[in-house]
Parts: sequence; C-alpha cells; structure tokens
Amino acid sequence: MASYLRFENVTRRFGSFTAVNNVTLDIEHGETFSLLGPSGCGKTTLLRMAAGFDKPDEGRVLLDGKDITPLPPEQRPVNTVFQSYALFPHLSIRDNIAFGPKIAKWAPEKISRGVDEMLELVDLKAHADKKPSQLSGGQKQRVALARALVNKPKVLLLDEPLAALDLKLRQRLLVELDAIHDEVGITFIYVTHDQGEAMSISDRIAVMNKGVIEQVGPPVQIYEAPRTSFVAAFIGDTNFLDGKIIDCIDSRFSRCEVKGFGSIVIDNDKPVSKGDRVHLSLRPEKLIVSREQPTTKETDNAIAGKVEDVIYYGSHTRYWVRCGDWKLCAEMQHRQYQLDETPPKWGDQVWLKWHANDGFLLEQYREEDEGMLTLPDAV
Amino acid sequence: MRPSKVPLITLILVLVFFYLPIGFLVMNSFNKSRYASNWGGFSTYWYERLWERTDILAALGNSVKIATMASLLSMVLGTAAAFALERYKSKLQDAHRLLVTVPLVLPDILMGMSLLLLFVSFGAQLSLYTITIAHVTFCLSYVALVVQARLQDFDFNVVEAARDLGATKTQAFIKVTLPLLAPGIFAGGLLAFTLSIDDYVITYFVKGPGSDTLPTLVYSMIKKSKDLPVINALSSLMLLVTFAVVAVSQRLTRPPATPS
Repeated sequence: MASYLRFENVTRRFGSFTAVNNVTLDIEHGETFSLLGPSGCGKTTLLRMAAGFDKPDEGRVLLDGKDITPLPPEQRPVNTVFQSYALFPHLSIRDNIAFGPKIAKWAPEKISRGVDEMLELVDLKAHADKKPSQLSGGQKQRVALARALVNKPKVLLLDEPLAALDLKLRQRLLVELDAIHDEVGITFIYVTHDQGEAMSISDRIAVMNKGVIEQVGPPVQIYEAPRTSFVAAFIGDTNFLDGKIIDCIDSRFSRCEVKGFGSIVIDNDKPVSKGDRVHLSLRPEKLIVSREQPTTKETDNAIAGKVEDVIYYGSHTRYWVRCGDWKLCAEMQHRQYQLDETPPKWGDQVWLKWHANDGFLLEQYREEDEGMLTLPDAV
Repeated sequence: MRPSKVPLITLILVLVFFYLPIGFLVMNSFNKSRYASNWGGFSTYWYERLWERTDILAALGNSVKIATMASLLSMVLGTAAAFALERYKSKLQDAHRLLVTVPLVLPDILMGMSLLLLFVSFGAQLSLYTITIAHVTFCLSYVALVVQARLQDFDFNVVEAARDLGATKTQAFIKVTLPLLAPGIFAGGLLAFTLSIDDYVITYFVKGPGSDTLPTLVYSMIKKSKDLPVINALSSLMLLVTFAVVAVSQRLTRPPATPS
C-alpha cells in the first residue's frame, strides 16, 4: 500500500532527552491513524513535526512523496485541532472558521460558502455570530474542527482533541468525528493516551513508548496479538505468565511449563522450539471461572485456584485467583446461565479454564520481563 | 456570622484622608474669594482667568505633547520588553525583571540627575525631546509590567493555530497576538500618560529654558500668591482628566468575563 504521510528515521531530542528515537512510520491516504501512548512517549512531538511546529534533528517527513521537513507550518497542507482548542477569542465563530481562507485570499463568496458548509457539517449554524467564550467545551471542539477542515487539508492532525471533555460527551463526539471522517475522506492522525478512543476510531494504531513505536496495526491485532509486554499491558488489562516450552505437540500447539503454576497448552503464535523461554499474555475476559472442575479437551487448560479478591463492576465482575505462585485476574459477564450457580466468593476454591488459542505469546522474550510483568490493578 | 465593620470604617477613614485635601482644593477653585480662609460664594471666575493665561496654555500644550510621545514610545518599547521578559528562557531573567521594575521606585532625583549628566555629556540641547526621552525611561517600565501580566495568562497556542492556518509570523502577530494584547498595551500607555503629565522632579532636571511643562510652571507660579486660585482651577481640571484616564485603563485591564 502506498504511503501518504511518511516519517523517515525521525529523531528529535530535547537536551539529553530523546523524545522521538529513529521512528519510521507510513500512514496511508484516507485512513484514521492513531498515535497512542502514555504521556512523554513522543506522540505529540511526532504530531508537531508533521504540523511543522517542531523540526526533527534527524530524518525526514514526507507528504505525498514530497519532503516537507524544511517547510514552516503555514506552508504545509495540513491543519491541526489543538487539545486546548486554541480558538481566537476576539473573533466570532464565523471569523474563526474564515481565518484560514482569508489568509489564503479566497474570493469572498467562496469564503462564505466554505464557512457555511463547515457550520452545517459541525451543526453550529445557530452559533455563527457568537464568541468562543459563549460556547460549551464540545461546541468549541467542533469549531476547532471546522476551522481546520475548511482549508481542505491533505492531512488533519488531532492532538488529544477530546481530552478536556467529560466521558459521555467524549463518546458522542467520537462518533461524530468518525462520521465527519467518512464524509470528508481525508487522512486523520489522532494523538491520544486513551486506548478506548484509539480503538474505537482508528483504522490503524501505532503504540508508542519512550520515543519508539512498539507496534503498528489495526485495533484487533493490537489487542489480540500484542507484540510486546508494553503493548499487551497498555491496551486493556492482561495477565502475564513466564514459561518454557517443554514439548512441541504439533505445528499449532506446544506444551509450556510455567514455574509454580503447572504445565499448559499454548497456541504457537510464533515459531517455537523446545527449551525456548516465552511470555504468555492471557486477557481476563478469556478465563472462565467455575466452582466445579470443568470438562476439558486436549487444547483446553484448567487450573485450580483460590479467590483472593472480588470486585463488582456492574456489567461484569473481576476475580483475582491465586494459582500456585501466580495470581490471575479473570473477568465474568453477568449472564444468567453463568449465575445459575452462586457466584464465587472470597476464599472459594475455583477452576480457571481457557482454550490454548485464548492465550497469546509475545513476539519478544526479554530476560528483564521475567516475573516483572504485573497484574491488572484491583481498582 | 455578620462581617466585621472594622475594614469598612478603615476604608472610609483612609479615603477621607486621601480625598479631603483634594476636595478642599476643588471647592476652593470655585471660591469667588481670592483667599481660602473665607468663602466668597460659588463662581467659575478662576476657570475663566485660567483660559486667558497663554503661559499656562503653552505649558499644557508641552505637557500633552510630551505625554503623548512618551506613552506611544513606551507602548512600543514596553511591549517588546514584556515579550523579552516572558518568552525567553535565561538564568538572568530575574535580574532582567529587576532592572525593568526598578525605575518605578528609583528616586526621581537620581533619575533626573543621571539623565541630565548623560544629556550634557552627549552635548544634547535640553528641550521637549530630552524631557520626552527622560519620561520614556520610567513609563516603559509601567507598560512592560502591565503587558507582562497579560502575557502570563496568554494562550500561545492561538499563535500556533494562526500559523497552522497559513499565517506567516508577521500575519499571526498582527491578526492574533496584537489584538489580544491591545487592551493591556493601551492600559499601560494610559498609565504612562498620567505619569508623564504630572512628573515634576525629572522634568525639572532635563528641561531647557522656555520648555516648561504644566507641573514646572505651576511650581514657579505658586511663589506668587495672586496666581494661587488659578492653580486650584488648573489642578481640578487635571484631577478630572486623571480620573477619566485611570477609569478607562482599569476597564481595559479587567480580565474578560468568561462564562463557564
């Protein structure tokens, strides 16, 4: 697939701190691409280098095959939606949106047509003559979006655009943003630290940590097949088990010994051979909790344990179960057929069951991750 | 609990202390009698006399010219200084801030003397221009402080937004930064204007012959007691102008109301 916006071996340092470390990334035309990571991971720096507010110390930024690295922000065909909205407080909503077109010296009729279209798109016609201070947070966000989109940018950059809004509004605007993306069809680059936002809006996600990209892929792949322990733990919650391959059953399955836990069947997500050390990620919702010993096939695992913690979340309950030296988190939806028996309580003996396919081998084995990977917090 | 009355009473006493003498002066400017000790009835006689004094009108003209020039110059220089103080990172910034602030409290005699020495050593002819330059030295600090206060809660993201939307650095400054800072700059300029128009000490040092400003003229006039009632009238008018200017300046520095 053709690359539309390309970061090529981009490095950016601030003093002794390397914010972005030799990143190469290809973003395709028309996709919604998220840069996801904790604060300080370099995602905003990367975005600012696309906008032109920051310049890489090394490497290039290419747009549609053209090197835009030396161009100042005003000469780049990209526009930004800022986290703080950065609306012009002295201008009306209409004039805020018309700012770009006026600078670009569009004909007056074209400007007013463009602004009207945008007001229509973000549903703010009734507020066109108000000042930004008279609008709510969600409305300001829509103005910021309209102000950027009216210029018909080749790429729209969104820097944590919903971070300042409350949860319900965030969810609604996310849906609107997705609809607007479908309507205008341009490339969106969405920076966020919120995995939920990234998962729901993106065609592809790049997970960043400490200035490097840990994994790039569609949301499903990022969630179901995390390459590194960081990705597995940052996107959703997961249990980690450290083990050693003791038997290769066939091309698909192997047997793995986890010290202080037992021997389990795993799916060969990557080529393994006897004696390999591996990290296994096991999402809480894949584990089935039961009081009775479950019936198992040869590709199932069942481990006995004791409930050490129970937290009720309304839509589901989480159980922390002690199995030998390990503590696993399991999540259960409240479906009636699961509640036929009384739900397990603190101190109960239970069984955890999962299919070999439900676990996932991390692509990288790292000695230092051994025993260091943490459980989802009990909060 | 009922709020204590002590602060209110203190405030009233302080205001009386401030404004009683001024009120007395204003009252006397309408006194028909030449002597403050007896009330000869209400009259605008002294205001009419004031209008006939060409020396006063000339001095007023000088004062207005100087104050206008000095405040315009200090609006430009003070804004630049405020930007330099707020935007650059340097270990010496605290020292810079001190150097900009100190002229506000430096003894006028010191300022006047040093400026006179400077002008004389450069061989500059003492005139309205030397007075203007002298006034800029302290007016600038005022503007710088007011504008810097505005800059402290200025959202520089809007400047980036303007650049992002296609504006060059200059366009962004003219279309976004300047309109947003204008109330602060203007308020600083108005304060500078009031400071300049009633400065006596520094002006006295650097004024040349025949370049009297209103304060220096008034001072030379009070030696002649027959002029005193005219000065009362003049002072009352200056008071009115000062109140108006400060009121406008206060309006401008009030942070814009933001409904949440």
